[in-house]
Amino acid sequence: MRYLPLTPEDRTAMLNTIGAASVDDFYEDVPQSARLDGQINDLPDHQGELAVDRHMAQLAGKNRTASDGPFFVGAGAYKHHVPASVDMIIQRSEFLTTYTPYQPEIAQGTLQTLFEFQTQVAAMTAMDVANASMYDGSTACAEAAVMACRVTRRKKVVLSGGLHPHYAAATRLLCEAQGIEVVQLPPAIDGELELASNIDDATACVIGQSPNVFGTVTDLSPVADAAHAQKALLVSVFTEAVSLGLVTPPGEMGADIAVGEGQSIGNPLTFGGPYVGLFACTQKLVRQMPGRLCGETVDADGERGFVLTLSTREQHIRRDKATSNICTNSGLCALAFTSHMTLLGGKGFKQLAELNHEAACDLADALEAVPGVEILTPRFFNEFAFQTPVDAEAVLAMLDERGVLGGVRVSRMLPEAGMGNVILAAATECTTQDDIAAYAAALKEVI
Amino acid sequence: MGMQTIGRPTAPITAMGGEAQTVSGSKGLMQHEDLIFEVGATDKTGVDLPEPKGKASRLGGVTRKADTGLPGLSEPEAVRHYMRLSQKNYAIDLGLFPLGSCTMKHNPRLNEKAARMAGFADVHPMQPQRTVQGALELIDELATWLKTLTGMPAVAMSPKAGAHGELCGMLSIRQALIARGEGDTRKRVLVPASAHGTNPATAIQCGFIVDEIAADTRGRVDMADLKSKLEITDDIAGIMLTNPNTCGLFETDIKEIADLIHAAGGYFYCDGANFNAIVGRVRPGDLGVDAMHINLHKTFSTPHGGGGPGSGPTVLSDALAPYAPVPYVVKDQDGFHLVEAAEGEASEAFGRMVAFHGQMGMFVRALTYMLSHGADGLKQVAEDAVLNANYVQARLKGVMTPAFDGYCMHEALFSDEFTADGIETIDIAKALIDEGYHPMTMYFPLVVHGAMLIEPTETESKQELDRFCDALASVATRAAAGDEAMKGAPYLAPKKRLDETRAARKPILKWTPPAPEAIAAE
Repeated sequence: MRYLPLTPEDRTAMLNTIGAASVDDFYEDVPQSARLDGQINDLPDHQGELAVDRHMAQLAGKNRTASDGPFFVGAGAYKHHVPASVDMIIQRSEFLTTYTPYQPEIAQGTLQTLFEFQTQVAAMTAMDVANASMYDGSTACAEAAVMACRVTRRKKVVLSGGLHPHYAAATRLLCEAQGIEVVQLPPAIDGELELASNIDDATACVIGQSPNVFGTVTDLSPVADAAHAQKALLVSVFTEAVSLGLVTPPGEMGADIAVGEGQSIGNPLTFGGPYVGLFACTQKLVRQMPGRLCGETVDADGERGFVLTLSTREQHIRRDKATSNICTNSGLCALAFTSHMTLLGGKGFKQLAELNHEAACDLADALEAVPGVEILTPRFFNEFAFQTPVDAEAVLAMLDERGVLGGVRVSRMLPEAGMGNVILAAATECTTQDDIAAYAAALKEVI
Repeated sequence: MGMQTIGRPTAPITAMGGEAQTVSGSKGLMQHEDLIFEVGATDKTGVDLPEPKGKASRLGGVTRKADTGLPGLSEPEAVRHYMRLSQKNYAIDLGLFPLGSCTMKHNPRLNEKAARMAGFADVHPMQPQRTVQGALELIDELATWLKTLTGMPAVAMSPKAGAHGELCGMLSIRQALIARGEGDTRKRVLVPASAHGTNPATAIQCGFIVDEIAADTRGRVDMADLKSKLEITDDIAGIMLTNPNTCGLFETDIKEIADLIHAAGGYFYCDGANFNAIVGRVRPGDLGVDAMHINLHKTFSTPHGGGGPGSGPTVLSDALAPYAPVPYVVKDQDGFHLVEAAEGEASEAFGRMVAFHGQMGMFVRALTYMLSHGADGLKQVAEDAVLNANYVQARLKGVMTPAFDGYCMHEALFSDEFTADGIETIDIAKALIDEGYHPMTMYFPLVVHGAMLIEPTETESKQELDRFCDALASVATRAAAGDEAMKGAPYLAPKKRLDETRAARKPILKWTPPAPEAIAAE
C-alpha cells in the first residue's frame, strides 16, 4: 500500500517495543460483538494509481463542464476565470497540508495571508472588520441572523423576498432551532425595500440582498435607516462577490453585518463546494462575531507577527457559551480568494466587475430582442431574470439540446412562487459575444 | 537506535550567541516579507483584462462610491509574496504533525489531481441534472463507502465540516423528537467533560441544554455519574460521545451507554473525529450509534488547508434517516437525481443546511483515497495508526507521564506531572518547535492536567517516529530538570513567542494605512 510506510519488520519490532503480541491487543476494549474480523464485504480492495485515476476520469467524463459550450448558469455560484498562479499557490505544500494556525510561530504564512484576506474583505464590503472565513455564503447568512439576535437580545428576523432561497432555508433552520421567529417576505424581484416596513421593536435584524437572487441591485440605505430607528440591525447579503467592484457595497448602505459568497474570486465551481463564506461587521460588533479572527501582535523580540485572536468567542475555549460551533472554516479557499484579489488589485477588481456587467448588458440586449422574451429585473449587475411564454424547464431542456446551458429556472428554487416561466441567466468575463449570439439564436428557436 | 547526537539537547541556543542582524530583515533562506498593502500599489495589477467598452449601465445608479483602495501585485511579485510566506509555515509535507484529534496524515497528490479534473472542478451545482450524472454518481458511490464502513443505513452528505456534521446529527435528533411530540420537553443532552468544544457548542446551537458528565479514573465515561444523570429520563434528548474518545481510548462501556440512552428515550450522537482509529475494524452501527459525522479531512485525508475546507458527511440510523436534510441523491431507472425540496418523498426532512450539495471537491479527494486504499488498505490504516500511537506511548512513557494506564488507540495522551515546577506544557510545545516539529495538541482534553495529546497517524515511518521520539524525549528531560531556557522557546522559528494577550486586548484585525504625520516623520 503506497501510502503506508511501515514494513512487516517494522511492525514486528514496534510490537516488541510495546510488548504487545499483535495489533488485536489494542482493540481489546472493543466489545467482542462489535469487532470486525476479516474482509469488509461489498467494497473493493486497494488499487494502483493508474486504475483509480481511470475510474475518476470516467466519472468526471460523464459531466458537462461549464467550458464545454455557451454557459449562463448562476444563482449563487458563478463561472469565472481563475489565474493559473492562484491554483499553484494553493497547492504549495506549506499552505495545502498545514493545520489551523494554533502555533503561530510556525504558521506565519497562513496567518499573514488571513490578515490580508480580512483586510481585503473589509475593504471590498466597506465594513470595519471581517473574519477569517465561514463555510459558504448560506451558512454565513444563518450565523449573521443568530448573531444579530445575540447583539440585540431579540428573537425575530425578517428575510427579504429576494434573499437566495437556499440562504433563507439555511437561516430559517438555524433560527428555528434556537427559538427565533423568522418572517419570510414573499418572493419579489424588486422588493428589497419592503423590509423597511416590516420592522418593529421586537426585530433583531432584517436580511436583504443586493444583487438579490433575481439579480436586482438595490440601495438598502432606507432599510438600514428604518432598522436603526428600531434599534434593529441590517444584514446585507451578496452571492456574487465580483459585484462589490461596481455595486454599492454593504458598508456604504449602513449595513451592520455583511455576509456573502466568495467563490467568484479564486475558486472554481466544483459542483457547489468547497466555497468561502465572507463575514464582515462594524467595529462595535466584533466580539459577537462567529468564526476565527486573525490579529496583529508582536513577538518576544518586538517584531510584528500575527495570531488567532479573540478566541474566547470560540467553541474550543468557551464551549457551550461560544458564539458559534464553527471550527474548521474555509482556509484554503480564503487563500485562493486573497491571492486572486492580490493579482487583481483594486484596479483589476473594478475592471473585472465592469466586464461582468457589460457582458450581462449585452446578453440582456440580445435576449430582449427575441420575440416573447421579457427582462424582469429592473437593475442588475451580471445576472437577471427573464420570462418567456413557455415553461422554463422545457426551455432550458431545449436550449441544452442546442448546446446552450441557459441558466436556472426559478421554479427549481421557488416551486411555489408562480414563476414557472422565469429563468435566471448570468454572464461573466468568460462569456463571449459568440456565446451570447448562440443563446439568442437558440432561444428564438425554442420559444 | 543510537543516542541522539544531532543538535544540543540541553542548551541548544546559548551556543549561538547573539543573533545575526541583516539589513534586509531576511535570515538566509528565510525571506522577510511585508504585507501586500505595503509592497503593492493601487495602480498595479497581475492580470491582463480587456478594456471595458464603457457602455450604458443597467445598474440604475446603485453604484459603489469609494474605490476599494486595494493594492495589486504583478504575477512575479505575487508568486514571490506567497512563496516567501509559505516558507514560514510548518506542514505535514515537511514532517510529522502530531496534533492529537486532528489526524494530520499524508495527503496523496492523486486526490488533488482528480479534484482538478474539469468534469468535477468546472461543473455548476445548478446545471440540469442530466448534465451532471457523473457528479451525482460520485456522491452516491462515496455515500455507499461511508455507509458500508460505518454499518449505518443512511448518510447526509451536505454538511460542510465536522462541526457542521454535528449540527446535522443534532438537528436530526431534534426533528425526531418533534415528530414524537417531545420536541419541547426533551432538551437535555449529556456531554462528557472530555468532549471537543464543538459538541456543547453544537448542542446549544440546536436549542438543547448541556449536562456534563464526568470522566472516570480510566479516562472513560464515569458510568455512575452517567446513571445518576439518567435518573430523570423524560427530558433526555440524547448523548454526544466521541469514540474513540479524546483521551485516545475506546469507550469500553459504549454498548451499555447506548442501551441506557435508548432506554431513556434519547438518541446517541457519536463524534466521529477519531474514526481513523477504527475504520475497517469496528462499525459504529454495531455500537448503537444513531448519528455520527465523519471528517473527510481527517480519516479520508483531504488536506486541512491551514484551517479548511473540511467536509462532514453524517451517517444516520434507521430511527433518524427519515429526517436527513435535503438535498440528497437517489438513483432510479433514469439515473441519479437530487431531491432538493423538503416535500414529497422528503417531507420529513428537517430542512436544508447549505446552499448546494456539499463539499464536492472533498468528496472527489475522499473517494480517490478510499479507492486507492480499498477495504483491505483502510483496515491497515487503522491498525498502523494505532500501532504508531502505541509505539510513541511506549517510547515516551519513561520520560513523560501517560495520563492513563494501558494501550491507547490512535493517540497517546500525557499529563504534565513529570515537569519541574515552572515548566508548563506550552514550554514543551514551543521547545519542540526548535527541534523542527509541530507541537502536539496542548491543554486538551480538559480532564487531564496540562494535557499533551499526540497523534502520529499511520503515514509515519518507524524512522520518523524514532526521530520524533528522540527529540520529544530530550525536551521532556529538560522539562523535568526545570530548564528555564525553555520558557523563551522557540528560538529557531520564523518568529519568537508571540504575545497573544496583547493581540486580544486591543485587537488589530486589518491593516490600516499609517497616519500622514507618521509618514512625514520618516
